[in-house]
Order: sequence, then structure tokens, then C-alpha cells
Amino acid sequence: MAVGKSVQRKDGVAKVTGKARYTDDFSMPGMRVAKYLRSPIAHGRVVRIDTTRAEKLPGVDGVFTFHDVPKNTFATAGHPFSLDPEHGDVADRLLLTDCARFQGDEVAVVVTRDDMTAHKALSLIEVEYENLKPLIRMQDVLAHDAPELHKRSRNLIKEHAYTVGGDYKKAIEESDHLIEGVFETQIVQHCHLENHSSYAYMDDMDRIVIVSSTQIPHIARRIVSEALNFPLSRIRVIKPHIGGGFGNKQDVILEPMVAFLTLKLGGIPIRLKLNREECMVGTRVRHPLHIQVKAGISQEGNLNVIDYDAVSNTGAYASHGHSIVSAAAAKTHYMYPRAIYRCRARTIYGNFPSAGAMRGYGSPQIIFAVESLMEDAARKLGIDSVDFRLKNAVKPGDINQIGKRPIVTAGLIECIEKGRDLIDWDKKRATLQTPQTGPVRKGLGIACFSYLSGTYPSCVEPASARLILNQDGSVNLLVGATEIGQGSDTVFAQMTAETLGTSYEKVHVVSNQDTDVTPFDSGAYASRQTYVTGQAVMRAASELKDKILAYAGVITGMNPGELDIDEGNIVIAKSRQTAVMSLKDLSMDAYYNKNRGGQITSEVSCKALTNAPSYGCTVVDLEIDIPMCKVKINEIYNIHDAGVIINPLTSEGQIHGGMAMGIGAALFEVLMVDPDSGRIYNNNMLDYKVPTIMDIPGLGSGFVQTHEPTHPYGSKSLGEPPVLTPAPAIRNAILDATGIAINELPMNPKTLFTHFKNAGLL
Amino acid sequence: MNRNISFTINGKSVTLLVDVRQSLLEVLREHGYTSVKEGCGVGECGACTILIGNTPVDSCLYLAVWADGRTIRTVEGETRNGDLSEVQQAYLDAGAVQCGYCTPGLIMTSTAFVEKNKDNTSISRHDIKRAHAGNLCRCTGYETIIRAVEQCLTPEKPNQDTHCKCKAESGE
Ligand code: FES
Ligand code: FES
Repeated sequence: MAVGKSVQRKDGVAKVTGKARYTDDFSMPGMRVAKYLRSPIAHGRVVRIDTTRAEKLPGVDGVFTFHDVPKNTFATAGHPFSLDPEHGDVADRLLLTDCARFQGDEVAVVVTRDDMTAHKALSLIEVEYENLKPLIRMQDVLAHDAPELHKRSRNLIKEHAYTVGGDYKKAIEESDHLIEGVFETQIVQHCHLENHSSYAYMDDMDRIVIVSSTQIPHIARRIVSEALNFPLSRIRVIKPHIGGGFGNKQDVILEPMVAFLTLKLGGIPIRLKLNREECMVGTRVRHPLHIQVKAGISQEGNLNVIDYDAVSNTGAYASHGHSIVSAAAAKTHYMYPRAIYRCRARTIYGNFPSAGAMRGYGSPQIIFAVESLMEDAARKLGIDSVDFRLKNAVKPGDINQIGKRPIVTAGLIECIEKGRDLIDWDKKRATLQTPQTGPVRKGLGIACFSYLSGTYPSCVEPASARLILNQDGSVNLLVGATEIGQGSDTVFAQMTAETLGTSYEKVHVVSNQDTDVTPFDSGAYASRQTYVTGQAVMRAASELKDKILAYAGVITGMNPGELDIDEGNIVIAKSRQTAVMSLKDLSMDAYYNKNRGGQITSEVSCKALTNAPSYGCTVVDLEIDIPMCKVKINEIYNIHDAGVIINPLTSEGQIHGGMAMGIGAALFEVLMVDPDSGRIYNNNMLDYKVPTIMDIPGLGSGFVQTHEPTHPYGSKSLGEPPVLTPAPAIRNAILDATGIAINELPMNPKTLFTHFKNAGLL
Repeated sequence: MNRNISFTINGKSVTLLVDVRQSLLEVLREHGYTSVKEGCGVGECGACTILIGNTPVDSCLYLAVWADGRTIRTVEGETRNGDLSEVQQAYLDAGAVQCGYCTPGLIMTSTAFVEKNKDNTSISRHDIKRAHAGNLCRCTGYETIIRAVEQCLTPEKPNQDTHCKCKAESGE
């Protein structure tokens, strides 16, 4: 049995020995470097650009500006193509722009023999801008006389609204209490340790080969084709090991440019690699949201209505645009599905770095608002926060009102109970006196989430797997799904071993995706791979098994139905003891017998036509030093219902990482943009407070294992969910400790100081 | 301006011609020591950590010419005769590896710490944290990194954690 075990990661040894190669660890003779010229202002038109001096510099191969790039706009979001034109992403991007829309926008690019020449060349380009008013604040963006960031956009990308679950008005009237709140979330940056990097060259068949740190090689291939008007079949994208993505590499950022440059310069290899300062602003960030929420509650604590109105700011270019807030709204509904659910959402532009996908995809923001408001509701009614959630949480059999489908597995109640017990909630609650006094106060907090496993039915969910039986009896597994550190290769190998009846060690995963080689899959996002790609892997493995047993029947003359595979041997199914032959012997016969056989392979490409909600919560015990405006977390746990856990150790790792990212967003992280000038203050990891080991407390985790029937091994999503609830749980615990509701993020000393001061605590 | 420098790296003596403006990070990577990663190039992240003597150093902030006459260790040299070092093994056992980009640098920091404190019985979780404060990791939340180092310092009882109940529920 391989599923359910903490087997060692497939890429573990490669990574601890430094052998794992990332995009920058490859080079080619004659490779050039490309570098962007970035605008120093947040909003302005280029009125003059002169590249003559740069072009004359020795060592410069080319200088390109807006005038040189294709004039068709393209969309960068890493979504599979949508056959419904209404559902497509907004195409608002050119390779280089003549209108700067954020500080750092790309107005020119140089290709040179080395970094130093590139810097020199950039300094020789002369640019004159006509300044336009930077639009950062929501009210400035939406002002009727605001300049448009993109023509005919009115600075609004999209809006939508719906009410599901029943009669909204009636439910509001029947509610004894209406609780309201306004919440603001900040700009967060992914800060994966490996910056974005790509290189490209043209091969001997005049095809463009792109090697890139991407979560979505197959999607990148299509988008490059669209951006350059270049045939898709003449583009090949290779993804080596990647140093984290968290959604920031679920967007096509450098690939179209490197492809364009090599195409322009006769196919020479060109590397375009961002430094940290560029990566902080020139890639993607998390959407800041402004959310008004209202809840209607009965005296007994029943949640009748959740209603919210969210404005999401996508920054300079649409990227994932409105999908963020709309996906988050849909996913959050699974938590309290018995309540009437109304949502209105708008996505607007603004003159700051483009917001795109980031772990949780809008849900961290929406859940911060909803779970903070639930806390306020419980307090208003005098009901314990845990009890209030237990009363309203989803139960199996509840109906999702948006899709009108029953919710099959839902372990949220058990997660809450487990969290409560782990942290000793009842005992601590009983000893905490309220209200507290003194400079250091203690608080308990909880917050819950719901999420989905993939994007169906919003988007298509394709996955493929190919298995090859090797001569030595082991198998090679090829998937188009990408390992980005989350451990997908490992769980795919476990699933293969489990279904095939061979050992985990005998399954080799071809980890580096190559669109020429690995079969089609849309890639790593939406916590989809274990759930969606897992289905293709399971089917490919059972197909391979059938073929192997059929061939064993051919060799032995036995009935394949009476045979099975166990520990890499063909055995009699009933006794399981007698080995008929080893997989190796069978395979050698298949490869080399002159009169029969052939390489035994299987290949499955399929689409997930289901989705499954996953659930969980964070519970936290903290203390707050009021004069110091400092939060100290004593204990924190994330409890997850992610269905059956395929690999406990790597799953726990996902939880820890998500929790740390959630704590970072709760207490420290904000990309600071000047609201008047659009200037970015902290485009580096010293001034942007990505948590160090000193900032993160001991992290605890737990699972409630439901068995999801739509997945072959019972599994659901886990990659993103851990990031969703630390912030609201911490906010609720601060409220518990101080009586002060902090409805904005991050809750760093600066924010806390303002609130404490206003409340007279300081 | 170029200059010849000589140093010992992973037990081997080398002499290289380097541009005096180059960082040791750039020079090592150019010569195939690609385990040494660049995450920022300006001393923020620790992905480029190597050992100079016994001291973890951000190689991006260290001029290559300063390495003249020094002894350097990178993670490539930590595997002896095909066996992983104790720290490398502990990282695997603890699940301290995800994307792996921070891993070579972190392992070098841990290696220096473990070697220095092998016989020190009073090492606390806080001491481990302080020693690793210069290495960012965005994937693991650091919990498993601390466990890996604890495993090296108390190999006979790798699963004990007296500091919090974190592990009570971990895994199954
Ligand atoms: S690359 Fe040296 S500290 Fe980041
Ligand atoms: S494992 Fe990815 S940064 Fe540490």
C-alpha cells in the first residue's frame, strides 16, 4: 500500500544534494541576456523614446520598444482556453507599452552579451513621459472624470451579482439581528524564492523552445502563440524544477517576450531573468479588496443571510481579473450553505502592479471579511464563537445553492471540534476573564473556510497521464501536471504504485514537463492536481495493469482474470503467494520476444466532470502586548478535511507553508503603494516583511479524513486552503483579547497602534 | 580587471581567473556549483548560503577575490561516497523540502549549526531559530526545518518535541 504513507518525496534527494536543476541552472553557448527598461512613474504616456545611443553600445544585440512589438493585445492569465468568448480573459497587454500603468511597467527591452552591458544600455535609452494622474484609491479609479487606464474600460473590468438560496428580503426581515462590517485587505506578494526566469532559442527545425519557471507549460505555449501570432505547434515549453510559484507562475509573464526576442534575433539563446526588485512589482500580486458584508441572524444564532459587496482592484493589467473575486465568492458559499447568499462583485483597474493568482485565489480576502463578521455576530448574540460556527456549519447532504448540487463530504464540523479540543478551547475560555485589563492580554480565535478542488464547472479540467513499462519492470509516469514543490509527483507515484500493485520505488516520474513530451494538462493551480490529475493517473494505472495481466495470460496461457500484480510480481489473485513471474521477466518478453508483444504502455486523457469542496479551520491562542502593539501566537492549529490524505508528511508540509503565509499576511506583509503617486516603497524582501523563522510560531496541524466518492482515492484539495484562515482567526483572537475589531490587513504594529490609540488603550 | 584566486572547495583545490567585481555567488555558479542559488543577490534571503571555513556566508555579498586562500563548502560536497550527510537525511525525514530552492542554503546553515553544537545538550528551539534567521523559506513555514535540526541534535529520539503540541496531530 503506497497511498496513505509518508513516503519520501520523489525529488527529495535531488533537492538536498543540490542536483535539482532550475531554469537558471542551464545555459547555452552564446547565450545573451535581456533586460527591461521599466517606467519610473506609475501613470504616463511615452511621448518620446530614443534608443540610438543604446544600440551603438558594443555588446548590444538589440533594443526594442513599443514600436517593434506585435500590436495585438493578449491575456496573460493561466487559464485553459475558453470556447465561450464571454468567459475569456481580458486581453489588455502588449509585449511593451507606450503607456506606463504602474511604477515598473515595461517600456523597452535590451538584449546584450552580459548583465553589465545590459545595465549600461538601459541607461542610454532616453524616454520622455507625459504624466497622467495615478489612480490608486478606489474612489479615484471610479471617479466619473478619472482617466481610463485602458481605452473604453471605464476602469471597470467586470461586475456581477446574484442571490441564491431563497427570498432575500423575507430572510432579512425575519432576522433578529443585522450585523455589518467593512473590510480592507492589502496587496501581498508571493515571494517565492526563485524569481521569474525564462530563456528561449530556436531549434534546428525553426521552432521556438522556451525553458521557463512556470506552473502552466501547456497554457504558456498557447498564450505565446497568441501573443506572437506564431503557430502553436512550433512552440515548445519546458519546465525544469521550479522554486515556488504560489500562483505567480500561473500567469504568462516572461515567456512571450523571450520568444519574441529570439524570433527577432535569428534564434540565438536569450535569457530574461528578473531580479528580486523587479519580481516584486513586475510579476503579479494579490488583489486588494474592499468588502462590505452584512449578515442576518436569528436570536437563536441561526445564520439566515450572508450578503456582501466586494470591490477587487486588479492593478495595471487584468491578468486573472474578475475571476479572482467571482471564484472566491462561489467557493466561500460551501461553508454556510443553508444561509441565503447574496453577492455583488466588481473588479477595477488601478495604477499599481497587476494582481493575479495567488494561493487561495481571492478566498483569503473574502474569508477574512466573512469570518470576521461571523465572530462579530457570535459576540453580539453572546454565543461562543465555536458554538456559533458548529450551529451553522455545512453538513453532508446540504445543497450548494449556486450549483444546486448536494454536498457529499463535509467534515467542517469535525474540524471545528478537533480544533477546539487541540487548543483546549473550553478550558481556556473558562479561565479567560472578560473584559481583560493590563498591558498584556490573551485571546482565542477561530475561523473556518470552504474551498474547491479545481475549477469545474467554471473552467474545463483536463488531465492526462502516460505510463510506460520499462524493461526492468519499473514504470515511467509522464504527466502534464507540474511539480512546483507541493509534492504532486510524489502523490502521483503513490497512486500509480497503489493501483498497479508495484512498489513506490519502482515508479519513476518524469518530473520536468515538456510540451513535446508530457501529455496535456492545464497545470498547477486551483489545488486541482491531486484531485483532477489523480483521476487520469488512476485510470492510466488500471489500464496498464489490465494490459500487463492480459500479456501475462498470453505468456502463461492462464486466464488474466485470475492473475494480479503484487509487489512487482504477477501472482495468482486468490492465493497472492505464488509468483507466476516477475514484472521484469514479463516486460523483457514483451520488448524482445520475436513473435509477440511490444512495449506495454497506457495513456489516458480525460476531464474532471465533478468538483468537491474541502473544509477546515484555524484555531489560535495568542497574547497581545498593547504598549508594544505586538502579537505573540502561543498556539495555532489548522485542521483540514482534504478527504483521504495520500501522503501525511507532505500534506502536513502544505499546511505549515500555507499557515506561515497566512500569518505573514495577517501580521506583517503589505506591498506599500503611495496613494497619490503610485510609488512603491518596499520592492524588496528587507522592507517587505516576508516572515523569517523568527516570526513564525510552532505550527500544528490535523486532519479529518472524509472519503470523497468522486475521487478514486477519496482525496480533495489541500494546496491552497491552509492560507485561508490564519488571518481572520488572529483578528478574532485580537478582538477577544482587547475588544477591538481590526477590519484591515495587515495587523502590523502600525495598524494596531492606530486602533489602540483610537480606542483609548494607548 | 581580472585576478587569479585559489581556494579549496568541497575538499578540492582550485585556481580560477575572476573579474574582481564578481561576487562569489556568480563565480561559483559559473563554474558549475549551481546548488548555490540566487534569490535576491543582496543579502536578504540566504538562498546563496555557503560555508567559508565554518561560517555560513551569503555568497552574493562576498566578493570572489575575498575567497582567495579560503576553504569553502557547498551542498554538492556534503554527500560522501553516495551517502547523504546527517543534515541532508534529516531534511528528508522531517519533510523539510518542498520547492527546494532554499534548501541548499538552509542545509549549509544547519550543517554549521549542528557541527558546532553536536555536544551541546542545552540547545533550545529558540537557539535553532536564531541560527537560521538569515535564511528565508516561503514553502515550509520553517516548522519542519526546526524538526530536522532537532533530529540531528538528538538523533536517538527524533520524534520528540517538547515545545508544543504541534506534532500531536501531525500526519495521520
Ligand atoms: S541571494 Fe544571497 S542572500 Fe539572497
Ligand atoms: S522549500 Fe521552497 S523556499 Fe523553502
